[in-house]
Amino acid sequence: MDADGELVARVRAGDEQAFVTLAARHHSTMQRIARSYVGSDAVAEEVVQDTWLAVLRGLAGFAGRSSFQTWLLAILVNRARSTGVREHRSVAIGDAGPAVDAARFDAAGAWMSPPRHWVEESDSRLLAEGAAERIQSTLRELPERQREVLMLRDVADLSAREVCEALEISEANQRVLLHRGRSRLRTALEAELGRA
Amino acid sequence: MLRLKRELVCREIVELITAYLEDTLPRRQRRRFEAHLAGCEHCSEYLEQMRATIRLTGSLRAEDLTPRMSAEFGALYRRWREEEEEGGEEEEG
Repeated sequence: MDADGELVARVRAGDEQAFVTLAARHHSTMQRIARSYVGSDAVAEEVVQDTWLAVLRGLAGFAGRSSFQTWLLAILVNRARSTGVREHRSVAIGDAGPAVDAARFDAAGAWMSPPRHWVEESDSRLLAEGAAERIQSTLRELPERQREVLMLRDVADLSAREVCEALEISEANQRVLLHRGRSRLRTALEAELGRA
Repeated sequence: MLRLKRELVCREIVELITAYLEDTLPRRQRRRFEAHLAGCEHCSEYLEQMRATIRLTGSLRAEDLTPRMSAEFGALYRRWREEEEEGGEEEEG
């Protein structure tokens, strides 16, 4: 079940250490999500701290209908979104392009320019670092909704249902956004790591 | 509904891949998807790349809280406790 539940109960009871443990557990995910909306690490830290303060203030009203993490990240996304908008970093919503450039298939729809190999390369520590940076920068360039779904599904590891809950979108929408976002990331990784 | 016997082509596979990984393809469609994969090394490679993409994105997680951040979260918590204790009173400056 919810691994945060016990910590949350202790936080409510006044246990400061439990709060720091809880914050630490979610910190890097929250920082990554926030950073994908705003222009600097420092602003992202502020967004994370604001979120925790809002969470503490709202804790008495948290009914536990969703998991604590889903609730937490829904608050974070809202705050990061509005901060990002204030910073004028909001991105175009469009992008209905195909998963792979149509020019890479022949008229019958078969690969003409097949995927270049890179999966093995991503195991190398050095290249994996480049890959991580590429993922971060690609995430920042993604249309907002795709980024949100990607962050919650693949970085924060929420289930499809939890993502729908946190972002208030349908399962079909979630899947389309996930598909476009992941496809864009794969293309970016192919460009970063691929060999002919 | 048309019951297509036609095989899926690569261009279609790359669009169905997320539904496949999410396990939301209808059974018939799933069979066609897997039949294509069995005979197409490029699409098999593509599927592996999508899995690797998910794995790499997930690996962005691990980072610990610095001592400075721990201290800041402690302070944040005490601030909230004070607010709670003050109830409706004004916040201290």
